[in-house]
Amino acid sequence: MFKDKDRYLSILLISPSILALLIFVYGFIGWSVRVSLSNWKGLNPDYSWAGLKNYLALFSDPRFHVDVRNTLIFTSVFVVGSILLGFFLAVMLDQGLKGEGFFRSLFLFPMAISYIVTGVVWRWLMNPAEGSRMSGFNLLFTSLHLDFLVNKWHTTPIWGMAAIALAAIWQMSGYTMALYLAGLRSIPHELREAAQIDGANEIQIYRNIILPLLAPVTLSALIILGHMSLKVFDLIIAIAGKQLPLDVPAIYMWQTTFDGLFYARGAAIGILLLISVAVLIIPYIRYTLKTETQQ
Amino acid sequence: MNKFRIGKNWLYVPLIAMAVFYLIPMYVILATGFKSFAEVDLKTMWNLPHGIAFDNYIEAFKHLAPSLKNSFIMVIPAALISSMLGSLNGFVLAKWKFRGADIIFPFILFGMFIPYQSIIIPLVQFMNVIGIKGLAGLAMAHIIYGIPITTLTFRNYYASLPQELLEAAKIDGADMLGVYRHILLPISIPSFVVVLIWQFTSAWNDFLFAVILTGNTDWPITVALNNMAGSQIIAWNVQMAGSLLAALPTLLVYIFLGRYFLRGLLAGSLKG
Repeated sequence: MFKDKDRYLSILLISPSILALLIFVYGFIGWSVRVSLSNWKGLNPDYSWAGLKNYLALFSDPRFHVDVRNTLIFTSVFVVGSILLGFFLAVMLDQGLKGEGFFRSLFLFPMAISYIVTGVVWRWLMNPAEGSRMSGFNLLFTSLHLDFLVNKWHTTPIWGMAAIALAAIWQMSGYTMALYLAGLRSIPHELREAAQIDGANEIQIYRNIILPLLAPVTLSALIILGHMSLKVFDLIIAIAGKQLPLDVPAIYMWQTTFDGLFYARGAAIGILLLISVAVLIIPYIRYTLKTETQQ
Repeated sequence: MNKFRIGKNWLYVPLIAMAVFYLIPMYVILATGFKSFAEVDLKTMWNLPHGIAFDNYIEAFKHLAPSLKNSFIMVIPAALISSMLGSLNGFVLAKWKFRGADIIFPFILFGMFIPYQSIIIPLVQFMNVIGIKGLAGLAMAHIIYGIPITTLTFRNYYASLPQELLEAAKIDGADMLGVYRHILLPISIPSFVVVLIWQFTSAWNDFLFAVILTGNTDWPITVALNNMAGSQIIAWNVQMAGSLLAALPTLLVYIFLGRYFLRGLLAGSLKG
């Protein structure tokens, strides 16, 4: 059906992009893996073989353990918070109230701005200063006589990451709301009406019909938000800078590589990050493409 | 349905409470930004300004103007070129499948999820070797790492078009490029808007590539704002005004073209 000329032309059209991705994604990943297996430390490249030394060093590195703990805290608060908040916002907006469009736009606008802007503002909102220097949320809580809410935010030991996650929820919950809203809109009205006629109440309809139908949306949200939280970087830098209690692999990688010039170790952190993201994303891509061909 | 409607008005209470939560940072940015230097004080940060003053914006603009310009210089070609490439790729992958097209596609998609820490060392080395530095290198990175999502968006759109549309044109003797130029391109404008907005927003908001690929003469806005916020010399009220300046271009795009923004957002979860 296709002329040969067109077949060659189609390959010709797509090949610059394919070549670019082949080099910049797969070639560079391979190159990073090679760096991670070397002794490269300092400005001059050193590709002498080090085996898995850099990985083993990370596994027994207390700072890397802090990073893993921080990532786990951030991920759980951020993912659970965004999914719950996004779901309830979507359900409320799906009730056919007046002003729905206005609220929807409002809940989504943080998505349009950068983590850096969010971080710079939240850094002042979550100012942990006490006494006469008190400001931000703590000052607001005090003047509303809600003193029990006053806290140290991201400077809280161990749980400081949860405060960073709060800023991330502010930024990203509109996204889960949009995903759920699209999911709710794709559920045929007849289904709900049939259940109403059968005498099901609102809660039963949500629990037995709507929630199961939204399971694929929840899966998407889990994976997209989960992989984002593995990569979290800018937001922490903007709120707190580089400090050990709020360290994550992305910041450790950056400091090791560009401040410490320990390229081999930095590459190893980068590759570990890649592996953790790939574990989530590769099955997700396969699942999405498979359901697509079934439709 | 009407019977439920009256009973649902209570929902405005949580909705308005949430609206307040989302608006708090915006309120602080605006209220602080418009206060005069004399009026600014951390202790009164929640108070409305007594009048409208532009001291903070003038001061912030003095610091940020060069990097705002840098961001525009870098973002516009990055958005245009990666959208164009995405459209061609999407066309080929959706309508002119060659053998192996379906095998290549997931490999293209994977590129949009990788943590850039896993490619940043080779990227810096590579840019040094080929001698593309500063804003040009940054634009190039955004073009290439933008290809997966632009390709995905266009491929899904073109795949939704009926094959008959193309067949008719082929019978009329149009070749492949003719079909693209005369049939698909004119009806691709909405998809172009979606993709351009998406690329504009993500390149504008990027920090990691920017901080590593540019130096202090060509910092884009995110890096300049972060440095401003980290400095002890620049007061917090000026930082707030600077935040608004940094956010304004993408916020305006969102306010005026929000519908398209939302579609790009959903495409990012592979659901476009």
